[in-house]
Amino acid sequence: MNRFLLPLSIFVVVVGFLAVGLKLNPREIPSPLVGKAAPDFSQPQLYDREKVFSPADMKGKVWLLNFWASWCSGCKTEHPVLMELARSGEVPIYGMDYKDQPDEAMTWLRQWGNPYSIIGTDDVGRVGINFGVYGVPETYVIDKQGVIRYKQIGPLNPDAVSQKIIPLVKQLESQ
Amino acid sequence: MKWIILIVLCVSGPAWAGEARPLADDPAAEARLKHLAVELRCLVCQNQTLADSNAPLAEDLRREVREMIAKNMSDKEIIEFLVSRYGDFVLYRPPLKATTTLLWVGPFVLLTIGATALVITLRRRAHKVVEVAVSEEEHRKVEQLMAEGGKRS
Amino acid sequence: MIPEIGHFALILALCVALVQGILPIYGAAVGNAALMSLAKPAARLQFLLILTAFGCLAYAFADKDFSVLYVASTSNSQLPLHYRLAAIWGAHEGSLLLWTFILTLWMFAVTLFSAHLPEATRSRILGVMGLVSVGFLLFMLTVSNPFERLIPAAPDGRDLNPLLQDPGMVIHPPMLYMGYVGFSVAFAFAIAALLGGNLDAAWARWSRPWTTVAWCFLTVGIAMGSGWAYYELGWGGGWFWDPVENASFMPWLAGTALVHSLAVTDKRGGFKVWTVLLAIMAFSLSLLGTFLVRSGVLTSVHAFATDPKRGLFILAFLAIVIGGSLALYAWRAPKVGLGGSFAMLSREGMLLANNVLLVAAMGSVLLGTLYPLFLDALDLGKISVGPPYFDSVFVPLMVPALFLMGIGPLAQWKKANLPDLAKRLKWAFGVSVVSALTLPIVLGNWTPLLSLGLLLAVWIVTTAVVSLRERLTHVTGNSLMERLASVPRSYWGMLVAHCGIAVFIVGVTMVKGFESEKDVRMNVGETASIGDYTFRFDGTQDVMGPNYTAARGTFRVSYDGSETTVLYPEKRRYPVQNQIMTEAAIDPGLLRDLYVSLGEPLDDGAWSVRLYHKPFIDWIWGGCFIMALGGALAISDRRYRIAWHKQEPAVPAPTRAARRKVA
Repeated sequence: MNRFLLPLSIFVVVVGFLAVGLKLNPREIPSPLVGKAAPDFSQPQLYDREKVFSPADMKGKVWLLNFWASWCSGCKTEHPVLMELARSGEVPIYGMDYKDQPDEAMTWLRQWGNPYSIIGTDDVGRVGINFGVYGVPETYVIDKQGVIRYKQIGPLNPDAVSQKIIPLVKQLESQ
Repeated sequence: MKWIILIVLCVSGPAWAGEARPLADDPAAEARLKHLAVELRCLVCQNQTLADSNAPLAEDLRREVREMIAKNMSDKEIIEFLVSRYGDFVLYRPPLKATTTLLWVGPFVLLTIGATALVITLRRRAHKVVEVAVSEEEHRKVEQLMAEGGKRS
Repeated sequence: MIPEIGHFALILALCVALVQGILPIYGAAVGNAALMSLAKPAARLQFLLILTAFGCLAYAFADKDFSVLYVASTSNSQLPLHYRLAAIWGAHEGSLLLWTFILTLWMFAVTLFSAHLPEATRSRILGVMGLVSVGFLLFMLTVSNPFERLIPAAPDGRDLNPLLQDPGMVIHPPMLYMGYVGFSVAFAFAIAALLGGNLDAAWARWSRPWTTVAWCFLTVGIAMGSGWAYYELGWGGGWFWDPVENASFMPWLAGTALVHSLAVTDKRGGFKVWTVLLAIMAFSLSLLGTFLVRSGVLTSVHAFATDPKRGLFILAFLAIVIGGSLALYAWRAPKVGLGGSFAMLSREGMLLANNVLLVAAMGSVLLGTLYPLFLDALDLGKISVGPPYFDSVFVPLMVPALFLMGIGPLAQWKKANLPDLAKRLKWAFGVSVVSALTLPIVLGNWTPLLSLGLLLAVWIVTTAVVSLRERLTHVTGNSLMERLASVPRSYWGMLVAHCGIAVFIVGVTMVKGFESEKDVRMNVGETASIGDYTFRFDGTQDVMGPNYTAARGTFRVSYDGSETTVLYPEKRRYPVQNQIMTEAAIDPGLLRDLYVSLGEPLDDGAWSVRLYHKPFIDWIWGGCFIMALGGALAISDRRYRIAWHKQEPAVPAPTRAARRKVA
């Protein structure tokens, strides 16, 4: 091979990677928790702080855990999608109110509707850290054995629900 | 006399003002936190260390790390805690694995290739180049061209 | 109306650039003098047109014309005039206009100082620069037009990012771009030589001063950026190995290698193909930097707001310009001759070894910067490559380069003698080792890195002294002053630039070894001590800036009981973007900086306060300025002045030859 072609070949490879890179989002960090057991917690519930909400109660169920907050604008964007999903009854949605004021959260839900079966509260964000949450909203699909199967980073959209979440839930339920 | 004392007191202010307290309750733990945090990446920021960032998540994570330090966990355990939640992305010093081998050995491979190429080229060149006054010749050409160009324009 | 004139000037400039990029190169290929002669007037006209466009944008900012989208999104009626003007390059569109403006400025300079070039070469150089300009003008006119109107006009602008409202912003980007874009001249020279097949020693001689000037600007530009980060970001650090910082550092490393390799090619006619590749690389890396900053493929604290369309455009442009050049290189380079001979152990050999090290360092920075992208693209996970990585691979590569830097200038051209070199350098080596071992102990903190840093710094300075002493015995002159004056400026330039590196190393080493910091909670009247200095907090007061409000703290600093200075750090709030900025206060000094920044207000007038004592930190930037000064001295050497002044009467040949021996 002509050794003078070497710089050009290296450059072509780099350009190829840069072209692929344009389509990627460098800020989306895949979770190492997918395929692992969901971290345990037991948090007071939003509407009744005496009661606790814990994944242990969910054994045998396929469910969604959605981290959200009333101060988060992405949560507002995704809210209609969650409402629609809740109405369809395909999968139960559980909420985790992340670093929020309970009264503000309740006002928010009263205004926009409540898609959640139960809402836990994570006042200091520790559950969020255990789940590797780095920006709300984030949504986890958890199977019957309590293993995290999928993580949606950022707002859910109708495509993600119909193409990823629902097929995955159906598959997990049949297992 | 009295006002001289007063002036002395004002000028040497520090003498009667109190010594400021460190911000952290435990400066030693804080130093360890800092030592760890400069090698950790804030997840929500553009590109900042956990030590430099003021993002709420960075503050929460610093709080977690402080608690782990208080529990006497080792640096390795603390890093393990973060990596198991956020992946290798949090580490500014990428761990050596199959996928990062090229990253870590690359610079030294580059250097070795470069040095070998230089030695080989110089050796081969020494055989090919006969001692000629090429360069002097060319220098003369430069001077000539410069002079000509000057005249032409 | 004025913005439309600017817009129109850009369109005309594109037409002119097309003419400049196509006809003269074609003319040079077929030997048509009329077509070739178009290059010079076209380049000058293009410069005037871009100057007009630039002036129009400046006018729109000065006039607070918020019907221009770019003006409305990067300035505000409250923003002071100098920052409104600096806002021209405060975001993507305007900074592209600055890029293009500086490109045409360099073109204009080429038309002024190219009287001695053969017509065909000049036409090709200007043609290549014209083609680069076509790309940038097309980019601006299609997806990044700074003159785009906003209808209806905004009542007021969204303001310039407060981080950028700083004197550093006024001067840092133009300097940096002068450097980046300056490499386009060496690039165009290289491509012209490849096109014309006349890649000879003359080419190296012509490229040298241009490359050195660009390198000086880039050095100063990077130093100013780092200094700005030091006082503006409030972390007390100046270099973070952020992708965008790396994007400016890679062309610098390639440019530094190029400056040295050009010396070999100029002197010995050798390694032309390598030098030409470096010239292409230096400019290609500048373009790559432009892509990285604007495409959003990497996360950086400095990145512009990104848009995939723009990323795609620059990538295509990059592929055409760099790919085309490298293809031309692969085609033409095999036919280039070898040049004069020299031994492995010779000044030439060492310059080339230094090249290998610099390019390996550059390759490592590139690898580290792009590696996260590589892994992500191959779906192998996300990683971060940060300062710990770069520090640990960069230092081992730089240490031998710096060590060679001491020996190289003392080695003879063509063939050096190792025992002889060792004999001449033994004093320098002894002094370096002894000072490296004792100085840290005297200063009270011995670490291997501290010793290593000081060893290298002292080594560079002592070998420079040895070299100068030997040089002085070879030149004629009776008094010392006379002999000093007869040493050529290019030699002084080299010594000064190398000593700049030594100063830089001292700065980095001392800061790393001896800096101290303290986070304290200070009530009014309380004191805190750091590095033998005592800071007393006298409270804060509210102040009004032109477009911000601030809490300004007063800190009285005393040393040994007597007051040395008063520092006023601020916590500013910029209402338009509702951003809080920490404005650190610094007392700079030759031997140390004192640095105070306000954290958060606590209860009853107390504040959290961060104090730094940073010994020798200003040597870091001082070293960079000294390097640039060295470059400036080198290009003021008389042989370049002779080459540039066409009217100067021809110097008789013997004198020239004599002069060359000295140089």
